[in-house]
Amino acid sequence: MLSALAALLLCQLAGEAVVRALELPVPGPVVGMVILFALLAAKAPLPSMMQDTADGILRHLSLLFVPAGVGLVNNLDRLGADGLKLFLVVIASTVIALTVTALVFAGIARLMGDQHGERSGMSAPEKSA
Amino acid sequence: MIDFVDLWVYLSGGPLLWLTATLVAYVIADWISLYFNRHPVANPVLISVVLVSSVLVATGTTFPTYFAGAQFVHFLLGPATVALAVPLARHLPEVKRALVPMLAALVAGSVAAIVSAVVIAQWLGLDRANVLALAPKSSTAPIAMGIAETIGADPALTAVLTIATGITGAIIVTPLMNALRLKNYAARGFAAGLAAHGIGTARAFQVNPLAGTFAGVALGLNGLLTAILVPLLLPWLLR
Repeated sequence: MLSALAALLLCQLAGEAVVRALELPVPGPVVGMVILFALLAAKAPLPSMMQDTADGILRHLSLLFVPAGVGLVNNLDRLGADGLKLFLVVIASTVIALTVTALVFAGIARLMGDQHGERSGMSAPEKSA
Repeated sequence: MIDFVDLWVYLSGGPLLWLTATLVAYVIADWISLYFNRHPVANPVLISVVLVSSVLVATGTTFPTYFAGAQFVHFLLGPATVALAVPLARHLPEVKRALVPMLAALVAGSVAAIVSAVVIAQWLGLDRANVLALAPKSSTAPIAMGIAETIGADPALTAVLTIATGITGAIIVTPLMNALRLKNYAARGFAAGLAAHGIGTARAFQVNPLAGTFAGVALGLNGLLTAILVPLLLPWLLR
């Protein structure tokens, strides 16, 4: 558990270093994710608890957004008089982005005759479109 | 006998109290979410935030005091992002097979998120500062704030709008996908991560591990693509 956490932090640290060195427009942890992925894909020797530790953290990913969410409530006055309109844009644009992304993904997967995503993710596996 | 005022003054000075409050609020919120069978409206982030904010207001505690304790939780967002590589490696065959639909959905979704935000904001008559702050709202908060700086928007306002987008997306994704009759959980998860970044990804992991994996991939890819697209698209979109 502890060595797995250390491995995660080391990947993040390496990610931060790469971002600084190459002036990439992404956060260090995202590059850290790519580094860990490369290590996993290359079957590099990693701490045995890696899988359990990662699953444990991701199971409670919601918890990690609580401080930022409280910051949102604290900064609501920044929205000013246009708060309602801003909120409307957020809702409408999020609905559009979700719809376009999911429909394009599922539509092209179907066109390619690739039912895999459907089969593996469906609650009723025998049903195929 | 313990003097509660003295005890409060002592505890509110250190990080222990608000770190504990954050965890307790989440435990309660997670319990409520489970009780309602993970119903999308019973979103654990939203419930925890309401609980903690109510306590902060009731006790007259400032955000910096709160964050001195909560920063330990906030810090774990970094290692958690790195940890997304583990389910990705585990589901690599599924991800590889879905590479073409994924990349097409990435471009379409990223453009849709940016264009719809800017166009609707201008249509509602919002001023330039607000329109700019909305443009990167679907990318993960640290990237969105970086984009805000590049395009001359207020990074703090962008952060607020980004978190609001995440919570909104996490709540509406399940009913929306059900209304669209979409049963492809890879597509549903990918949409959640693309439109609602980390908070959408947290929701996707709650629903289905494969959906969570695709959400994590979308979160990373859309962060990168939004950083490239926003400066390119803005001159065409701004009136």
